[in-house]
Amino acid sequence: MTPRVEKLRTESLNTKPSVSIERALLVTEFYRENAGKYSAPVMRAMNFKNLWEKQAIYIGEGELIVGERGPRPKAVSTFPELNLHTAEDLRILNSRPMTSYDVDPSDIDVYEREVVPYWRGRTMRDRIFRVVPEEWEKAYSAGMFTEFMEQRAAGHTTLDGRIYEKGMLDFQEEIRESLSRLDYLNDPEAIDKEEELKAMLISCEAAIIFANRHADLAEQMAEEEKDPGRKEELLKIAEVCRWVPTHAPRDLHEALQMYWFVHLGTITELNGWDAMNPGHLDQHMGPFYDKGIEDGSMTRDKARELLECFLIKFNNQPAPPKVGVTAQESGTYNDFTNINLAGLTRDGRSGVNEVSYILLEAFDEIHLLQPQVNIQVSQVTQDHFLKKASEVIRKGYGYPSVFNADAVVAEQVRAGKTVEDARGGGCSGCIETGCFGKEAYILTGYLNVPKIFELAMNNGIDPLTGEQIGLRTGELDSFTSFEDLYDAFEKQLEYIVDVKIRVNNIIEKMYGKEVPATFLSVVIQDCIKNGKDYYNGGPRYNTNYIQCCGIGTITDSLSAIKKHVFEEGKFSLPELNGYLLSNFEGKEYVRQYLFNHTPFYGNDDDYADSIMQRVFASLNTTIEGKPNTKGSQYYLNMLSTTCHIYFGKKLGASANGRLAGMPESDGTSPEHGADRNGPTAVVKSLGKMDQVKTGGTLLNQKFLPSVLQGDEGIRKFMNLIRTYFKFNGHHVQFNVVGADTLRDAQANPQNYRDLLVRVAGYSDYFVDLDRDHQEEIIARSEQMQF
Amino acid sequence: MKKGVIFNIKKYSLHDGPGIRTTVFFKGCPLSCWWCHNPEGIKPEPELVYRRSRCIECGTCISVCPETAIFMASEGGIRIDSESCTSCGTCAQSCPTRALEMMGRAISVKELMKEIRKDIPFFDDSGGGVTFSGGEPLAQHEFLGAMLESCGHEGIHRAVDTTGFAPLKVLSEIAPLTDLFLYDLKVMDPEKHLKYTGVENELILSNLKFLSATGSKIAIRIPVIPEVNDDPDNMVATAEFLRTLEGPFEVNLLPYHDFGKSKYTNLKSEYKLKETVPPGKAKMLQIQDVFCRHGLNVQIGG
Repeated sequence: MTPRVEKLRTESLNTKPSVSIERALLVTEFYRENAGKYSAPVMRAMNFKNLWEKQAIYIGEGELIVGERGPRPKAVSTFPELNLHTAEDLRILNSRPMTSYDVDPSDIDVYEREVVPYWRGRTMRDRIFRVVPEEWEKAYSAGMFTEFMEQRAAGHTTLDGRIYEKGMLDFQEEIRESLSRLDYLNDPEAIDKEEELKAMLISCEAAIIFANRHADLAEQMAEEEKDPGRKEELLKIAEVCRWVPTHAPRDLHEALQMYWFVHLGTITELNGWDAMNPGHLDQHMGPFYDKGIEDGSMTRDKARELLECFLIKFNNQPAPPKVGVTAQESGTYNDFTNINLAGLTRDGRSGVNEVSYILLEAFDEIHLLQPQVNIQVSQVTQDHFLKKASEVIRKGYGYPSVFNADAVVAEQVRAGKTVEDARGGGCSGCIETGCFGKEAYILTGYLNVPKIFELAMNNGIDPLTGEQIGLRTGELDSFTSFEDLYDAFEKQLEYIVDVKIRVNNIIEKMYGKEVPATFLSVVIQDCIKNGKDYYNGGPRYNTNYIQCCGIGTITDSLSAIKKHVFEEGKFSLPELNGYLLSNFEGKEYVRQYLFNHTPFYGNDDDYADSIMQRVFASLNTTIEGKPNTKGSQYYLNMLSTTCHIYFGKKLGASANGRLAGMPESDGTSPEHGADRNGPTAVVKSLGKMDQVKTGGTLLNQKFLPSVLQGDEGIRKFMNLIRTYFKFNGHHVQFNVVGADTLRDAQANPQNYRDLLVRVAGYSDYFVDLDRDHQEEIIARSEQMQF
Repeated sequence: MKKGVIFNIKKYSLHDGPGIRTTVFFKGCPLSCWWCHNPEGIKPEPELVYRRSRCIECGTCISVCPETAIFMASEGGIRIDSESCTSCGTCAQSCPTRALEMMGRAISVKELMKEIRKDIPFFDDSGGGVTFSGGEPLAQHEFLGAMLESCGHEGIHRAVDTTGFAPLKVLSEIAPLTDLFLYDLKVMDPEKHLKYTGVENELILSNLKFLSATGSKIAIRIPVIPEVNDDPDNMVATAEFLRTLEGPFEVNLLPYHDFGKSKYTNLKSEYKLKETVPPGKAKMLQIQDVFCRHGLNVQIGG
């Protein structure tokens, strides 16, 4: 690590996240003056331009890549037009023990005076909650599902390589061309398209202005700079910012700065989930690196320093703080940028290049919370790269996570992408498959599958509240077979999914109409060509996902009921449900019996695994193919992020012996403690899920460091990964850390400030997790080897 | 074909031969080494184990036992009257927490092959296979032979982890069906060997010579047990003996560990190495050096 990188890294690590109210004030002022004057897209674009004309800008000491979302590193903007923080929210953010954000008390006063009164009742969130039907509200409050867009704009966006070929002027040229092709006589949407395209033009202009302001500042700083070395750097920064994003980048430095401005643009205009993502960064930077090495303008060390400076910028952008119910779901500063390494080129060759290795080294060296990194491993990916990556995994930062590039391609091709576009795709956020730069792949929320089954067990009533949430599918004593019970589950599933999708469609329409993403639309293909916004079906591909949680929990519960109730007659169904409703009170031996004498998912046991396959098929049939508002359809994802903890709190005891309120199984992992035959059995069970029909699955595995000892340990670890991928496994991630270490970190957080662990599809600082999440990490079954 | 008796199948086994392996533990062993970390593998027949730490004192076992052989113990937990217990396993089947468990089950070649086959994809990718361990697999040589033959038909790499204590005839039948022997050498001094393992070592040594002379692939495994066999005299004697072998082999030094200790309590048997602590790294390196100086291919662990 160079002294520069060391300094920037330390600053980024030690700076406390804070809330900046600057954006909120500028937006409020702008809306006060201009609301109603323009069409929605133009209004959004002008608002964006206004922000980038006026927001304070920042160039830090020693920085090479410049620009922040807020006035300083780690200062997060709020987005009152979407979701209004009350003064109370801000106070809580300032004072809560975990994942807190500094908020200046005088800022809270200003916010309460200037921002809150204008937006109260006018935010997207207010408007959404005003139109949702009662059955949705009930199901939502019962924890049947979550809704992503009630807090943040839809996200999961990742770029392809286009911004390295075109500058904003080129994009404007394209937009004008599209404008000139509008057919006002025959196309009833022509006028909407015109407004959208005009808005895109303005958005490009905003980016050019923002960059030039940075160039001006750099020049001004250079003038005052005493150190000739730094002076030269500042002049170089000025030159770079004058050139990009106005024009297409010419070298590595410009290419990285190009991306960074685009990144900041998308996270400034809206607060989309999972921020923004450069995708296959190694593949995009490879040609610039090669050219620099060839013409002598670049060295490997210089490239590494630049890349490290670039990576640190991501860590300076904590996630915008949420409010309300979802605060329980995922408490993290992580905004889920997840850089892809290796993978495939558009023509199907291994994407590994020298930059892949440099980035791997850089991540190893820096290991900050953000950005995350994953490796996309195809059959054609060289072992040497996988080995190097495995050596980083062994260090225990929780990354890189490992994806099956061939499965990721197959998933996309199945969903209608061309094979070339699919190879250009990859994974973002946690594990979500997307066609980078060409797709709006919108995650709409998590589905609490075990809770839906609980409805089937209780005739549609939520036993926690006694409220009728689902359909009346029958009392338990009316079920004479396992099939009767399963039918009831499928009916409840269909009903709850319909309730959810109906509201998703409303929200999506509202977003498309009211808060289009006009800057993002410039860089996602084919929004310009179609004259349509990212939220309005502009991109080449438009997919919606529902993320299904708790497959392990429901599988094991069904397995227990099938075996002990319907096959062995140990209990009657009402009797068993009685135990569940009382949370096994006084019946610990029943709970233990269920937990210890039932075939569970995760052991390569067909009894349980075939139930998993059946539930998966039901989920797939229910969700897939339902139309979204953009001419495309819904698919399922098998991902819980950290939502299985929130969902578990909403769920009573379950028939697999899980106590009420405990977490559900995460992602597609087995229930905690259910997998008792080691990692090969786990991946075999997972391999029985038809994962190609998903937009991603998630498998957590926890290893003790001893398993990965030496070259031999690494080799067998690689074998395990390769074999899982033969079964079309989508993803696997590893926590390599001993439980003792984690316990010690719980007791002495001060000594473990930078202990990164894998949480869901991302890593987080262990000491920043709340107690529940910490316990969960510790509980994840350790693959002990003696 | 008679069924075999096994007490465990362990997957993702990393230290029982090359690649990712599935290790099958045969029940029954003619030796009873003081340091044995699989004491549940010594008796040939299925036996009941009781893990006090898992017991929730629910009394289920007491009510289901057909021999009324189980009682609440005054010190907590349960007490099993070994006179009247027939090891029928009824209690284990109903024990909610599996505090009571039957160690050992009869399994057919067909059933065991079905289990092993599940892991073929991992064998393929890693160059792994199946390892028959124990207990002493040679003690069930008919069943072992049938298993080796079946695995051979399906191209599965076969390792046999053995004490070498079996009639030469048995060994000569098994050897052609085995791709790799993991062969234990414990103590060179015959009297000491008898004391610590319950048998003399003459047969073990001559069997090893036979295997080596007839071209079997062999990895010699030497458990390093402080105060038992870690003295320079024994290690030098071992190395010198190994120098006399005809064929090639490698040597793995396995440091003593006490992870098996609690199993003795569960089996109600006595652990004789209570005070022994695992050898340090320096000690292991010192012993490794002895073998190196004899020109042997040796490594710690394996």
